[in-house]
Amino acid sequence: MSVVEQKSASTGSVIDRTNLEASGLAYRFTWQRLRESLIQMLLFLCALLSVLTTLAIIFVLVSEAIFGIPPEKAFFQEISLSQFFLETRWAPQYSPPVFGIWPLICGTFLITIIAAIIGLPTGLLAAVYLAEYASPRVRSIAKPILELLAGVPTVVYGYFGLRIVTPYLIRPVLKPAEFFGVDWLWSIPVDGFNALSGGIVVGLMIIPTVCSLSEDVLRAVPRTLREAGYALGSTKFDVCVRVVIPSALSGIIAAFLLAISRAVGETMAVTIAAGQKPTLTLNPLSQIETMTAYVVNVMSGDTPVGTIEYKSLYAVALVLFLTTLTMNLISQLVLARYREVYQ
Amino acid sequence: MSQRSIPPLPVEPPQTPPGNSLGSTKLIEESFDSELARRHRYGMIFEWVCWLATWGSVVILGVLIATMAWQAMGWLTPKFLVSMPRRNPADAGILPGIVGTFWLILLTAVLSVPLGVGAAIYLEEYSKPTLLTKFIQLNIANLAGVPSIVYGILGFTAFVRMFGLAKSEYLINLGIGSLQLTLPFGRTVISGALTLALLSLPVVIIASQEALRSVPPSLRHASLALGATKWQTIWHQVLPSALPGMMTGVILAMSRAIGETAPLVAIGAATYITFTPGRLNSVSEAFTRPDKLAQVPFDSFTTIPMQIYGWINEAKPEFQHVAAAAILVLLVILLISNGLAIFIRQHFQKKVRW
Repeated sequence: MSVVEQKSASTGSVIDRTNLEASGLAYRFTWQRLRESLIQMLLFLCALLSVLTTLAIIFVLVSEAIFGIPPEKAFFQEISLSQFFLETRWAPQYSPPVFGIWPLICGTFLITIIAAIIGLPTGLLAAVYLAEYASPRVRSIAKPILELLAGVPTVVYGYFGLRIVTPYLIRPVLKPAEFFGVDWLWSIPVDGFNALSGGIVVGLMIIPTVCSLSEDVLRAVPRTLREAGYALGSTKFDVCVRVVIPSALSGIIAAFLLAISRAVGETMAVTIAAGQKPTLTLNPLSQIETMTAYVVNVMSGDTPVGTIEYKSLYAVALVLFLTTLTMNLISQLVLARYREVYQ
Repeated sequence: MSQRSIPPLPVEPPQTPPGNSLGSTKLIEESFDSELARRHRYGMIFEWVCWLATWGSVVILGVLIATMAWQAMGWLTPKFLVSMPRRNPADAGILPGIVGTFWLILLTAVLSVPLGVGAAIYLEEYSKPTLLTKFIQLNIANLAGVPSIVYGILGFTAFVRMFGLAKSEYLINLGIGSLQLTLPFGRTVISGALTLALLSLPVVIIASQEALRSVPPSLRHASLALGATKWQTIWHQVLPSALPGMMTGVILAMSRAIGETAPLVAIGAATYITFTPGRLNSVSEAFTRPDKLAQVPFDSFTTIPMQIYGWINEAKPEFQHVAAAAILVLLVILLISNGLAIFIRQHFQKKVRW
């Protein structure tokens, strides 16, 4: 230990300054104190970096979509808002190009709905099982496996949707005539790329998210509520469904919102499985394009920087960013309130 | 908490028997028994459905791996791991992907772990609950939910193009051998690593904060009482105790980064490339040729997920099997890293008792 360090240690540099002044010990400069405050400043800068990232995202999206940096024109300075929100075609390759966002929103919506139908109930039921029924031993086995499911990359889910779900799950059910080679069965047309397979794999993908978040909120419900339920003669089922789930409802809704926002922002799986053709349809068996898939489509091609098609991806990304941001914010606020209620 | 209204409980209030005769009491008991049996039956069905949801999800993971293995059968050979991608599916390999993923994740970790842990230490140990701290906290939680493709757009604009500030590409000779730096970074390893670092930063911060929170305050108090400064306390006491938790979080964040495809597609990483970053031809060259090693961050690259995406888009049906083989390699890597993270957590959870 250096002399400086010994000194500061003996004067007790950890006592905060108001106490020091009150006790008549004036603030003295030591290298130790300088080092301490430098470290604190450095760590504060690290924390500030996250705010900087958000600002950078907003700056990039806004500068290419809404207000261009002077010589350059932004997307909405060339394309009117009314065309963007009222036109029903998305056709950047036409001349003049037409940019109506609805086909992309519709595609994203289809994927999200299918994913929610599959992922939300399954995730919640699995959470109820883990929180209420499973023994600690079973939980210690099942939870890590569900975490592994969350760790599977989205490109793998995309392949799974395109090469396994569509030909071996959707086709046999909807086109048994062709699949089994008998002509008296029904045959419903299905595209090779379809929203259904994309939605199914995204639904599988959000199960772990829903499950782990809901399990946390279910376990945060105080024991006393459960015991009161049992004392009144409820069965375990009654306690689960009529006491625990309603008490945790706000937290569960927050978990659902977070999962839905993940489904909205999901990119590779839907690009690969659901296709890249913007269509204004609610038919889950046809090829569609989501907002995220459009961004990938433009960025993986060789669209020259500065063209209107290039700028359109920032406009789409802005809509995507605002949608997910709103959902995340609501969900965070609900979760924060929920934590306060039970602490 | 006690203010919260408790939902109505299912049990009907016991009805007072209309008469005092023995027969009617018996009747009520019987109907109560059948009612109870019905409720228990519902309970059984519900428990069974919950059980199915949990283990069904587990089975899906099994099905996923099994079908990939089935698709990749015969294509995943030792040669596949050590050869370059080729136009002929039978000769294709994922060597540049494996090496590219390694360098990319190494750089990402070097960039994001110190920054993330630093931010977590500030938020947990130094910050007072001011409005600014609350804002930073909410902001981090939101960043964790921003779609990865948006990070890709940020990375493309800020690192690959550098906002179009440079009108042409500048080649800067760094004066160390033939080391060259291009000034908008272009589609290089460093652009990818910076993008992925921003992407994984919120995850690293949140995981590290949780690890720091689990260290009991008494440990800090003891250290401070013995005269250690704040930073000495953090560095010598808090960080070592929080290390296992942080490692778990960091490994999970990095394995998420390994599988990321969308941001790399956005920054324009190659899907087909026939050299490794820095043109290193063997492992030993990384030690004998420092000039090549230093060039690694500024070279083009591909990763395993990018190669998979490239092969999925190929027209020849054989490439689908090549993609499946690459998926299997990727899944094995992720299973190992995730398994390691889970092992560290379980192991230290059992060992450490505060």
